[in-house]
Amino acid sequence: MKNFFRILFLVIIIIGFQHQTNAAEKIEYLKTDWSFKGLFGKFDRAALQRGYQVYTEVCASCHSMKYLSYRNLAEKGGPEFSEEQAKAIAASFEVKDGPNADGEMFIRPGKLSDKFVMPYENVKAAQAANGGAYPPDMSVLVKARGGGVDYIYSLLQGYEDPPAGFNLDDGVYYNKYMYGNKIKMANQLSDGLVEYSDRTIASVEQMSKDVTTFLMWAAEPHLEARHQMGFKAIVYLIILTTLVYFSMKRIWSRVETEV
Amino acid sequence: MSDHEYTPKSKVGKWFNDRLPLLTLANHLTDYPTPKNLNYWWTFGGILTFCLITQIVTGLVLAMHYIAHADMAFDSVEHIMRDVNYGWLIRYIHANGASMFFLAVYIHIFRSLFYGSYKSPREIIWIIGIIIYLLMMAAAFMGYVLPWGQMSFWGATVITNLFSAIPLVGEGIVTWLWGGYSVDNPTLTRFFTLHYLIPFLILGLVVLHIWALHVPGNNNPVGIDIKKPSKDTVPFHPYIVIKDGFALLMFMIVFAFFVFYTPNILGHADNYIEADPLVTPAHIVPEWYLLPFYAILRSVPDKLLGVIAMLSAILILAALPWLDTSKIRSAVFRPLYRQFYWILVADVLILGYVGAMPAEGLYLLIARVATAYYFLHFLVVLPILGFKEKTLPIPLSITEPILGGSPNLATVKNKESLNK
Repeated sequence: MKNFFRILFLVIIIIGFQHQTNAAEKIEYLKTDWSFKGLFGKFDRAALQRGYQVYTEVCASCHSMKYLSYRNLAEKGGPEFSEEQAKAIAASFEVKDGPNADGEMFIRPGKLSDKFVMPYENVKAAQAANGGAYPPDMSVLVKARGGGVDYIYSLLQGYEDPPAGFNLDDGVYYNKYMYGNKIKMANQLSDGLVEYSDRTIASVEQMSKDVTTFLMWAAEPHLEARHQMGFKAIVYLIILTTLVYFSMKRIWSRVETEV
Repeated sequence: MSDHEYTPKSKVGKWFNDRLPLLTLANHLTDYPTPKNLNYWWTFGGILTFCLITQIVTGLVLAMHYIAHADMAFDSVEHIMRDVNYGWLIRYIHANGASMFFLAVYIHIFRSLFYGSYKSPREIIWIIGIIIYLLMMAAAFMGYVLPWGQMSFWGATVITNLFSAIPLVGEGIVTWLWGGYSVDNPTLTRFFTLHYLIPFLILGLVVLHIWALHVPGNNNPVGIDIKKPSKDTVPFHPYIVIKDGFALLMFMIVFAFFVFYTPNILGHADNYIEADPLVTPAHIVPEWYLLPFYAILRSVPDKLLGVIAMLSAILILAALPWLDTSKIRSAVFRPLYRQFYWILVADVLILGYVGAMPAEGLYLLIARVATAYYFLHFLVVLPILGFKEKTLPIPLSITEPILGGSPNLATVKNKESLNK
């Protein structure tokens, strides 16, 4: 047992090192309670649905989400829109399909199986429309940033007037949490920007939290299944380990050596 | 092998065994006399076998869904994470499995260093182990390239560029490795092929590693030669099987915690950004298990010498059986070596730490001192220590330290069980 703790200690040291590496730039992110953290962490369904609303109404005009399909919106562990709702959402987008029998491309309403329609045809078009900056695809954005959800949540609320003497070019904005404090995305959120159907007040803080929750789900659509399975797996392992421990004691009692 | 002659009981068994002695082998493996005083540090051999098998099995499934193409690799990994049934589970086991594998191998290596398991007559086991370790690093590095994220791409660029340090032919070798003039699709496909091949090479070497182990038998915490089989040994089955099993389950709990609750903590966030040859990440860092060697590489100002230092840091281990001049195996009876051992452990951890930090200022200084000490330990301390150190008296057998001293209840119990 003593040895096990030593091993655990080593593991902790290593993780400690890793943590330090990630926290190379010491900025305190804004904190909030995330429902999906912890052993039993689950997504807040309503927050996911609101977050989707913020995404489509605000972010989606520039940011793609190419790995998500409309069917995902109705899947278990996600925003869990009803299938009808998801179909309606999909149908509200125009999808380029084809070629048809005449060899021509055509536009049709979206289906559940379609991927989220991208705001721009390609990266170059996106850059051309955004002053040379490419609005990153948001499918795995949360996992692609060191601070994860806390970083995104903070960034959305991190717009400030630059300190005196801080030089900003045209089309560049000051953000407290951005690496180097310069960001090419203007502040997008303002109080009451969207109208939530569940009457939640759309403060900047609320919208940031909702859309970040949505992004977390987008990056880890199986997070709930993972947490549930993890709990079962670990409980199972602990029980099995205990049984094996006593069997081992029993078997080794035939020899005088301690195990 | 000191096994008694084995003959299968059944006729069919005998017929088969005369033609292919698999049953003799199975009998050897179950009866294999193992020192009974092995502690839990000895369970990592079994744990490592588990890690290898896990990597191979999960890797096979991943390879069924992965597409080794620069334009599709990143997408196919996301496809695995989202649409393949339990693909997220398989991938997270595989990704964290690599880290667990290295965690276990480092414990295994440092156990060997502490108890002198590399010394005569076990040099071949040790050298095969070092080759396995080298192959593991190659496999892990190439595996990290496959998702084709930013760290994949730039890690591959940095590491393959090391070969350009070779005088005259360096540049040519790098172009040859890349299959072009930069890391690109040809690099990815060949890395995938090699990443698929290496685990099976490791598997073969593991068989040799165990075979070589079964000739002299296990070392043990006391570090003395023991008679086999004798009162000092227990048959592998069921004693060691259940003990290894218990340790493995403990290990799996830690493993499961990573897989299910912090699956990305050991990876780098930048690897969730698709590879972009035009954008260099702020810090290019390898995975944690390669950091000590990365620190050694960067601590030398000259590129070629840095590469040589890094390679020597690993290869020097192969010469360890001859660098360590002490006849006594176990550090338990070597009071001075024990101290230097822990300094080495600290040194390697420090190297790992500075390897993750930018190579500048104080970090660089620490890296240089730690690198120098690393080589000092193997090239100066160990050879001298063997002559200078006053070792403690070693017992004649494993049972002796127990039998000596006050009457021991446990021994009484043993005598009773023998009478049964």
